[in-house]
Amino acid sequence: MDSTIVAILVQDGIVNGAIYALLALSLVLVFAVTRVVFVPQGEFVAYGALTYAALDSGSTPGSLWLLCALGALAFVAGVIRRGPVLRLAVTSLVLPAVVTGLTLWLAPLKPGVAVNAALALAIVTPMAPYIYRIGFQPLAEASVLVLLIAAVAVHLVLAGLGLVFFGPEGSRATAFADFSLSLGDLTLPGQALWILGLTAALMAGLYGFFGFTLLGKALRATAVNRLGARLVGIATAQSGGIAFALAGAIGALSGILVVPLTTVYYDSGFVIGLKGFTAAIIAGMGSYPGAVLAALAVGVLESFSSFWASAFKEVIVFTAIIPVLLWRSLRHVTLEDEEE
Amino acid sequence: MNVLEVERLSVAYGAIPAVEEVSLAVPEGGLVTVIGPNGAGKSTLLNAIMGVLPSRGAIRFDGAALGAAGIEARVERGMALVPEKRELFATMTVADNLLLGGFRFRRQAGGELERVYALFPRLKERRAQQAGTLSGGERQMLAMGRALMAKPRLLMLDEPSLGLAPLIVRDIFRIIADLRATGVAILLVEQNARAALQVADRGYVLETGRVTLEGDAGALAGDSRIVEMYLGAG
Repeated sequence: MDSTIVAILVQDGIVNGAIYALLALSLVLVFAVTRVVFVPQGEFVAYGALTYAALDSGSTPGSLWLLCALGALAFVAGVIRRGPVLRLAVTSLVLPAVVTGLTLWLAPLKPGVAVNAALALAIVTPMAPYIYRIGFQPLAEASVLVLLIAAVAVHLVLAGLGLVFFGPEGSRATAFADFSLSLGDLTLPGQALWILGLTAALMAGLYGFFGFTLLGKALRATAVNRLGARLVGIATAQSGGIAFALAGAIGALSGILVVPLTTVYYDSGFVIGLKGFTAAIIAGMGSYPGAVLAALAVGVLESFSSFWASAFKEVIVFTAIIPVLLWRSLRHVTLEDEEE
Repeated sequence: MNVLEVERLSVAYGAIPAVEEVSLAVPEGGLVTVIGPNGAGKSTLLNAIMGVLPSRGAIRFDGAALGAAGIEARVERGMALVPEKRELFATMTVADNLLLGGFRFRRQAGGELERVYALFPRLKERRAQQAGTLSGGERQMLAMGRALMAKPRLLMLDEPSLGLAPLIVRDIFRIIADLRATGVAILLVEQNARAALQVADRGYVLETGRVTLEGDAGALAGDSRIVEMYLGAG
């Protein structure tokens, strides 16, 4: 193996690692704010990918109807819990209706990458806070284990619904742009540059949001001290909804970025999400920079293992978690319910 | 006019009663203290009033029943609790802790931050420091400052002197007296009965979840049972 191959493998690993990094960040975020291990993250990747691919081919994505159904359910759940009816109606009935109208109008026109990506994000992202309101808000005081079981259930339901709404065939979209960049022996395809650029921009955006806006600080405060946050009047349900929305958006965006590179099936998301999860675990579910570094390492490990032993690439990546867990358990880091 | 009225409030942890049929009132701008031994249910009482714990009985704020109002709604109406464990955002800066204290009122411009800094100059000096690195007294000041950022009409303080050195305790009680002079009503829970009765107008003695004595703070401080149980011979 020569240096060119190494360079190609590293490049490949970093591009994939960037996607895993986004997913790992959203997993850490959701866990910190809500204590939910966001298992259905992978479904948001698949939904984002397949919704974008459908729009890319000029057809109406089936997930549109799922968005409307989840919105209606979330509205009912909110009204039962005596939430503000007007605001609930706007966020969970009007919003999906507007998105549906726009999609039905724009999809047949093949409006281009930017509009398609925006539509796919608008269709998939709101599902996450709806799911939070339907499934997780009533469990806000439950233990981490109960929340995990609920998250697994949501994952299974969404994977099943993915088969219903997208069908068993895989989809692939055309690349965002067909340019490429040559750096010596290396050729960086345009899609890889898109992935790296958008990932970096998104991370900078998240940094700004959490570092400099009061809402971002409120989310951090919820993660640092839940009771303290409630005592200053930060509604934990609202923080949870925002965290889920961010995770949903990040998942969908990852899917949109990936689907021009590889064929995505309704159940492809899980393994992609699991790699983000591996990175988040390696970083101890607590550190954002740690999660990004771990995700890049996972990406590079994956690309090298697919070169040397492609049949075992998933095995190698997921086995990497075991020594880390051992090391962590020896160092005894207790994460669950520290504040209670 | 009472800003807070609590009527026959009971709180239980499962089958174990912690507070039983407690009634008390805090007049507008008044300073009322609840004293009593460890485990008497003082913190439970404050947590129930703030809505952190579910309770039976009636709680009225400004004459309106709070019913099942959540913590956020109570903050919005003008209630604030400084809990026993302070519950600060340890990994965030002092300034961020204070800003978040005004989270519910972020759309109303106001000079709250400057007012809090004026009251606690130490916090201004430390504003860029992480809350977790503060000393015990500074943490208590930050917790009180954070609560004041919401412009409360009723400030509930849970053991503000707990774990502090005597000199700092004196500072904290001086600040409590200063705060009271700004017109905010205060409900003060304390084990340090002597200091609490000195600043308060009225006191309640809570023992094993029930009010066993109540009256003017001055009268309570002279009551032989209180002197014997809480104030010692000195």
